Amino acid sequence: MEHYLSLFVRSIFIENLALSFFLGMCTFLAVSKKIETALGLGIAVIVVQAITVPANNVIYQYLLKDGALAWAGLPDVDLSFLGLISYIGVIAAMVQILEMAMDKYAPALYNALGIFLPLITVNCAILGGTLFMVERDYNLTESTVYGVGSGLGWAMAITAIAGIREKLKYSDVPDGLQGLGITFITAGLMALGFMAFSGIQL
Amino acid sequence: MASQAKNNVIDPLIDNNPITLQVLGICSALAVTTNMMSALIMSLALTTVTAFSSAFISAIRKHIPGSIRIIVQMTIIASLVIVVDQILKAYAFEASKQLSVFVGLIITNCIVLGRAEAYAMKNPPVMSFLDGIGNGLGYSLILMLVAFFRELLGAGKLFGHQIIPVANDGGWYIPNGLMLLPPSAFFVIGLLIWAVRSWKKEQVEAPDYQIHQVHRTEVL
Repeated sequence: MEHYLSLFVRSIFIENLALSFFLGMCTFLAVSKKIETALGLGIAVIVVQAITVPANNVIYQYLLKDGALAWAGLPDVDLSFLGLISYIGVIAAMVQILEMAMDKYAPALYNALGIFLPLITVNCAILGGTLFMVERDYNLTESTVYGVGSGLGWAMAITAIAGIREKLKYSDVPDGLQGLGITFITAGLMALGFMAFSGIQL
Repeated sequence: MASQAKNNVIDPLIDNNPITLQVLGICSALAVTTNMMSALIMSLALTTVTAFSSAFISAIRKHIPGSIRIIVQMTIIASLVIVVDQILKAYAFEASKQLSVFVGLIITNCIVLGRAEAYAMKNPPVMSFLDGIGNGLGYSLILMLVAFFRELLGAGKLFGHQIIPVANDGGWYIPNGLMLLPPSAFFVIGLLIWAVRSWKKEQVEAPDYQIHQVHRTEVL
């Protein structure tokens, strides 16, 4: 239990996908002008991440890994080179299914997230989470915890930067830094703050 | 025809740079720029993937149904990335270990999909190929610049060769460790954007909100 708890905390703070691995930066910088939209996107990322990381873990463990097809009588087959294409396929399909399910059962949430759902397919935080899971060889429980945790960390980071940017628009920024430039510097300062977590051993 | 081809390659370098103006493909620009070698490999990989994916997608653009085009594009891009990944693993294993998941993440690099959507779906293959090369080079330019500053100031090295003698080996330069840490990449790119926009005034974004007419313009 303690092991999972520390993995959870680590994936939120110490190994924050957005601020220490720079994943999902395109959306992180582009969709962070308002807190509401940032929060909506953050929730969508948590949901998708919590589903796709374990799903890809199952695919990796039972189909792609070296020797994983032993249950089908093919112990010498190594399909791990097909990893990337399967993971992105799973992510695209999951997002599509989620979109349809939400449209039917939770129309309010669906309308709130609207355009952000399809955007998630190309959010590198999602694919990045899966690739880290493969690289670190998590098991199913670990990958579920990691999926939820890393999604939560990303959502927190984008909400925080959206809050800062809402205040920032009242400040007098030099012309050349206006918009994108100052956002980069802000994100840099936030990343610097998040580095304070890096010394924590769990 | 020839001038358009030239435009496609030159334009994305500064005037329409994918990173500093279009805000595409930033994830990897930040993560792989601690040294110039990995930045170079990443640039080569991305330019290759962008150019070929644009060419292939453009070649079959009339046969792709609109509703499933993203999945078709993703499949083409993912296959190309797998090829690049396998080649790197075979011939540059050390470097591919260092880049870890970031080669795989070229799939979700917005430059590749962005060019496929914005250019390759509407234009013939050769032009799309050149457009891919141009945007790849624009990305590479920023990546190499950022890596140049980070490696030089962070370790006193370029491509792993010692340029400035550092204090630990009896030299005079005390390396700035911050440059090797992730946040510095944000600062370097932010300052780079500032520099580009001070030079190319038309890229400056209009402020969302102003309390009153800014005094700087009043003085002028």
